[in-house]
Amino acid sequence: MARSLQELQKQYHSSARPDSPKSGRGGPSGRGQMGMGGKPKNAKKTVARLLSYVGKYKALLFVVFFFMILNTVMSLIGGYMTRPIINRLWAYVGEVGNVESLDTPIYRALDGLIENVKNGATGFIAGIVGDGYNDVAASVMFYILATIMILVFIYLFGIITNYMQARVMMTISQNAIEKIRNDLFTRLQRLPVRYFDTHPTGEVMSRFTNDIDNIDVMFNNSLTSIVSGVISLVGTLVFMITTNIWLTLITVVFVPFFAIGGAKIAKASRKYYSGQQAALGAANGYIEETVTGQKVVKVFNHEGECCEEFETLNEDLRGKQMKAQFFGGIMGPIMHNTSMISYSVTIGVGGILMVLGRLDPGALQLFAQYSKQFSMPINNISQQTASIFSALAGAERVFAVMDELPETPDKEDAAEATALIGDVVFENVTFGYEPDKVILKNISLYAHPGQKIAFVGSTGAGKTTVTNLLSRFYDIDSGKITIDGIDLYDIKRETLRSNIAMVLQDTHLFTGTVMENIRYGRLDATDDEVVAAAKTASAHSFIMRLENGYNTLLEGDGANLSQGQRQLINIARAALSKAPILVLDEATSSVDTRTERHIEHGMDRLMKSRTTFVIAHRLSTVRNSDAIMVLEKGEIIERGTHEQLLEMKGRYYELYTGVRELD
Amino acid sequence: MKTWVKYIKPYTLYFILGPLCMIVEVLGEVLMPLYLAEVITGAVEGTLTTQGSLLVMLKMIGTAIFMMIGGVGGSYFGAKASVNFAADLRADLFRKVQGYSFANIDRFSTGSLVTRLTNDVTQMQNFINMVLRMMLRAPGMLIGGVIMAVRLSRSLSLVFAITMPLMILAITFIIVRGLPRFSKMQTKVDNLNSTVQENITNVRVVKSFTREGYETKKFAKANGELKEAGMSAMKNMIFMQPVQTLFMYIATGLVIWFGSQLVINNFDAGIKGFSVGELSAFINYVTQILFSLMMVTMMLMFSSRAFASAKRISAVITEDIDIKDSEMADVNNTVTNGLIEFRNVTYRYYKNSAEPVLDNINLTIQPGSTVGIIGSTGCGKTTLVSLIPRLYDTDEGQVLIDGKDVKEYTLFNLREGVGMVLQKNVLFSGTIEENLRWGDENATDEELFAAAESAQADKFVRNFTGGYQTVLGQGGVNVSGGQKQRLCIARALLKKPKIIILDDSTSAVDTATEAQIRRAFREELANSTKIIIAQRISSVKDADMIVVMDDGKITGTGTHDSLMQSNVEYQEIYTSQISGKEGA
Repeated sequence: MARSLQELQKQYHSSARPDSPKSGRGGPSGRGQMGMGGKPKNAKKTVARLLSYVGKYKALLFVVFFFMILNTVMSLIGGYMTRPIINRLWAYVGEVGNVESLDTPIYRALDGLIENVKNGATGFIAGIVGDGYNDVAASVMFYILATIMILVFIYLFGIITNYMQARVMMTISQNAIEKIRNDLFTRLQRLPVRYFDTHPTGEVMSRFTNDIDNIDVMFNNSLTSIVSGVISLVGTLVFMITTNIWLTLITVVFVPFFAIGGAKIAKASRKYYSGQQAALGAANGYIEETVTGQKVVKVFNHEGECCEEFETLNEDLRGKQMKAQFFGGIMGPIMHNTSMISYSVTIGVGGILMVLGRLDPGALQLFAQYSKQFSMPINNISQQTASIFSALAGAERVFAVMDELPETPDKEDAAEATALIGDVVFENVTFGYEPDKVILKNISLYAHPGQKIAFVGSTGAGKTTVTNLLSRFYDIDSGKITIDGIDLYDIKRETLRSNIAMVLQDTHLFTGTVMENIRYGRLDATDDEVVAAAKTASAHSFIMRLENGYNTLLEGDGANLSQGQRQLINIARAALSKAPILVLDEATSSVDTRTERHIEHGMDRLMKSRTTFVIAHRLSTVRNSDAIMVLEKGEIIERGTHEQLLEMKGRYYELYTGVRELD
Repeated sequence: MKTWVKYIKPYTLYFILGPLCMIVEVLGEVLMPLYLAEVITGAVEGTLTTQGSLLVMLKMIGTAIFMMIGGVGGSYFGAKASVNFAADLRADLFRKVQGYSFANIDRFSTGSLVTRLTNDVTQMQNFINMVLRMMLRAPGMLIGGVIMAVRLSRSLSLVFAITMPLMILAITFIIVRGLPRFSKMQTKVDNLNSTVQENITNVRVVKSFTREGYETKKFAKANGELKEAGMSAMKNMIFMQPVQTLFMYIATGLVIWFGSQLVINNFDAGIKGFSVGELSAFINYVTQILFSLMMVTMMLMFSSRAFASAKRISAVITEDIDIKDSEMADVNNTVTNGLIEFRNVTYRYYKNSAEPVLDNINLTIQPGSTVGIIGSTGCGKTTLVSLIPRLYDTDEGQVLIDGKDVKEYTLFNLREGVGMVLQKNVLFSGTIEENLRWGDENATDEELFAAAESAQADKFVRNFTGGYQTVLGQGGVNVSGGQKQRLCIARALLKKPKIIILDDSTSAVDTATEAQIRRAFREELANSTKIIIAQRISSVKDADMIVVMDDGKITGTGTHDSLMQSNVEYQEIYTSQISGKEGA
């Protein structure tokens, strides 16, 4: 029976996280989506911290700001200079009415400049203008050409400053982003394992992808367009006022309409947008799950139900998307045409002013331009605020990760790289991942170099926890662990861990060659040592059969290797390490029994003279241990060798003979 | 194109009205500068009156209101057309994929199918929305602007004949130069992401080998490379705006210069032609035309991406589904006994490869019996059993159930009769009960619990706080591997199939539990044919018949005891698992 929309939404809206890509590559990435990521909680603090990343570029930022002003002023002056041109032509062809003269300081300065150019380059100008004109016309053309010559310089200067500003800002922002990424990663390396156990990979990943991308967009686009928007707003206003105060007032009167209208539409479209994103996330989540499990769907003749359920989600998406797309789409035309109305009123009133002789045609042409220029930055700024907010929210999340508590620092007198031999003792160790949930109760055990200690028990009995504590991935609540008689907490964490080699059940590898993956165990190992380690782990023969042997490139998830082969590479990695303590946590669970038997010989060599802890589901794997600990509900309920435990006819015996099951 | 007509047709009205609305907006946009020209020319010639000014203003406001209506309408119809197009397309794609055979799925890979159904559909939707709303707008303004400019002055319009091609050339140059830089940057982004991802998933390895410093250095290197690649891409892109303004200014300068000459010459010659107001309008068209030109160029770039998506989607839609109900199929045929016969079956995974995956297999499996299949990885065990419910079709030979070719059954009836637990199995989001009911949605609660009990799942499910109502995350992430396998078995059992196939489905279940599942199978599925593919000898030891496979061939069949006598491979597998180096 197909589920209803409500049930589906409950299931998929909550699990769908459209902002977190499922994997690092290929997946749908949410780059540049606006309205995501909510509002920042403490904007002031976040801004201050973000600024600290660009703080060292203060001088350069000032340069950018300076260029921005220059660029804006240049383009304003450029526009300003069309006014006298139009007016001169007008004066030539029309009857001059009683118009306010162009007696502003700017024009006086410009006129002076134009005179200088005219005088300085008379020959050149005369050559271009030619002599087909009467005296009056020639003087007008002289004037126009001189103005254009100045314009060339002004515009060129403007273009260059525009480019320089973009170039410098790019350098600043890219360096700042690089630093933020590096900082985040460095901090991440110091976080305790607990953090990674309690946060899904996708969530941490989206700090690096979406959140930092949003900051990047803000540094690169939003900030510059807002700052340059403000500059050009102010500049345009100044030039407008000097041209005509009445027309300026008309333009300004329309500003509140823009601001309020823009904000209203933006709010509505944000609301619908997030509705759409949720519905899209649900539909895409459903597609992903169903298509990934498509073969199961077929085996169960379940295609009909899936289609029906998808239809439900798709129809929901259709409705929500319609609203979101519509409201997203009307922002542009409404804002643009409001500015058109303001433009119309400007021209109409301008016409009347001209009739009244209070305005010249050049000024109206100028105002027509300014009126458009004025509404552009307002539009821009209202559009950029959304992306600034999501960037700040992203920055807040990035900083929150940076502020996570790192692993507790080593004690000041903690022991440095003393060569440990691996005499491990647990004394009444008690531990729980959460304060009120005890996982290990009063565990005591010892392990001498060369011994192999095995842990057997159900999932959740605490087997892996023992090794988590030994390597200080987690810290014990009470009791004591010592190595060679030294308290675990008196040894530097780095020293401790470099004395323990672990082979874990999850066999992810790193992108890189087989050689590099094995060498991870000891970075200064020679190629020969790597090959020897691979031989110990019985990995050599299959590696040699790979396309490029030890130089075969492996993908991160080791897709080109079987699970068992990946485990063998992991074992080789541990074999390369010279650590005196070896932890094998389900290290051969995916290796088939024929191969497992095959590598036993090498494993024996590996374990010889080391203290080895083995965790395995397969009882055949632990049979030859020096001591087997049977864990149940956090306690060691039986311990002894295989034979001793069988003789005891307790839990181990039951497991071995199949009377009881392990979960 | 034929593929897409189906999705456009129901919404033809929207596909027409959308662009029409946009044309209204474009027309307004093109007219606006003319009003300005009217006012300025009037003022220059001294014919302008207050009333005239007000009239022009009202006309302009009216135009602006029409433009707004056009814009909003265009947005409405654009959204209607694109959203409905995409929703229909998505639904169709989903339905199509539901009909895919295993071979179809393998051909695309599930990851790529997911991308096509999600990303690519969104790409196309955005593209259509853009086409309807912008594609006409930018070219419309471009063409409208050029027409107006030519009407104002043909000779002055020559300015565009020079600047436009140069500008297209310059922009194209920047784009072409930028593309490889962007793709290089994308590679570096992927590289950085996978560095982080691997670091996080491998956190225990990193920490246990104290490689934090090494990892940080690795990351810093990837990060630095990304920065370099990003800078190189952006260094190129930031030329875009200056180049665009440069051409705008060049054109404006030329227009002012030659326009002024025109105005003066006309006046001197006493011709009533190009006026000052028209010059001012012309200057406005320069901006409009060159700006639209840039938009058009950018859009063409966008479209190439949408075309790639369209191609990928159409591959999904037009894919031939290679396993369908055959013409021989009879709806009345259902699996009743569970007798299975393979007659001279040969199968190739790649149709042109010389090496068959299954090579001339002959095998008969009696109804109600238990059959174990054992053999090394890649020997064809899974392929063999997949032929029974027609997950794949044979290349040569026949598979028969109850004496009838599998093609004589409808796919639905066939698969209802054959329960299969796949090696790579998945659970779906939803409660445990919902998952189990995939087997039979009308099963009573008692039947449900019984199936779970047979699969040795009932006990642990009841131990969950939510019991059977426990919600599983996507892919069943919150249960252990062994528990997942048992739930999958329970799900198949609830179907009460005449033939049940377990493809290495108990690998994560411990031996004792597995023995209990086998016992339940014997007792409760006495009348069903049971086929078990396994790695462990213990899983198949007490089967009625064991099939040993190697390299696409059956090397031996028989009971455990007879194979121990006669089959070398079986003996090898046995020794590797039983003896071990042991003191006991």
